[in-house]
Amino acid sequence: MTVSKGNHFEEEFRKIKENLEELCRDIKALAVLLIDKAGQLITTAGNTSFLDIPSFATLSAADFAATSNLADLIGEYDFTTLFHQGKEKSIYVSLISDQVILAVIFTKETTLGLVRIKVRKVSKKLEGFFDKIFADIEGEYVGMIDDDFIGEAESELDSLFE
Amino acid sequence: MSLINYSSKEINCKIVYYGPGLGGKTTNIKYVYSKVNPESRGKLMSLDTELDRTLFFDFLPVNLGKVRGFTLHFHLYTVPGQVYYNASRKLILKGTDGLIFVADSQIERFEDNIESLENLKENLAEYGVKLGDIPLTMQYNKRDLPNIVSIEELEEVLNPRRVFFSEGVAIQGIGVFEPLKEVSKKALRRLK
Ligand SMILES: Nc1nc2c(ncn2[C@@H]2O[C@H](COP(=O)(O)OP(=O)(O)O)[C@@H](O)[C@H]2O)c(=O)[nH]1
Ligand SMILES: [Mg+2]
Repeated sequence: MTVSKGNHFEEEFRKIKENLEELCRDIKALAVLLIDKAGQLITTAGNTSFLDIPSFATLSAADFAATSNLADLIGEYDFTTLFHQGKEKSIYVSLISDQVILAVIFTKETTLGLVRIKVRKVSKKLEGFFDKIFADIEGEYVGMIDDDFIGEAESELDSLFE
Repeated sequence: MSLINYSSKEINCKIVYYGPGLGGKTTNIKYVYSKVNPESRGKLMSLDTELDRTLFFDFLPVNLGKVRGFTLHFHLYTVPGQVYYNASRKLILKGTDGLIFVADSQIERFEDNIESLENLKENLAEYGVKLGDIPLTMQYNKRDLPNIVSIEELEEVLNPRRVFFSEGVAIQGIGVFEPLKEVSKKALRRLK
């Protein structure tokens, strides 16, 4: 379950988003996505209008997990990056704080080398933010959701699945 | 539990259909897809092998709309049943908020149900999670067929904790929404 509260991490979140947008501009990427390892989207930068985001997020997480199994098989701990090269568009995927997947979609106008260098740089920064968020997160949302909230959500569920 | 706070107010809930291969998991999710208002659902994505047995998974995002400013998303997954796809089963289980175990009621599949349940426990254990820790419901599927195990016996063997179950005929949409609704509510209640 991912729950987003709003206030507490707004500052970190804003900085994360800024960094992603800067990365996107710097390397002229089409889009940059942050995804958690369970396949849920955290945030995006750039233009994602061409993309089926939930599917992309799910598959990226699955891709990473499948690749960690591959790593296992050859006695590696984890591959920290993945690269899928296409004719027009390519995807570069890397892992931040062991928890969060950063996916960059770019065209042939950008070189892989540049992507690699810039992603490494921004990952370092993001790691700082995420480590702080993960450290603070425990118990963060307790009390925010009460019986009334659950009741309302349940009746939404009832009307959706009937 | 994969917990991340974003600045947008969102709650994402991951529900996984587990069970032996060909038990009816994909049929469940396809029925849900066919019945949910198109505005509330995303694309149904299936990664199939040529043999039409799910290789990786089916995936269906469902949007519950806004509750007091929070957007609620339910993400439904199925796992592949075949023994040799355990790696992908394990990865789909990551961060699961609720499980629906789809058992195949046919007598000849009885052992497969037990094996799949054991496999579920093992895979959860690798994440340090016990089956009892996660909201769970059962569906005893294929009740339309003649050669089936009695509910009493299925309950006895597969459901010692006596969690909610439905008698399913997933191809006709019978007993599909009940376990989904029940497990979703359980998952929501755990937010408190
Ligand atoms: N008779 C009968 N067949 C079913 C039922 N549910 C699913 N099936 C069939 O069982 C087969 C396997 O179903 P599928 O959903 O692909 O199983 P999965 O491997 O668990 O995803 C398909 O041919 C379905 O049409 C049911 O309730 N009754
Ligand atoms: Mg299937």
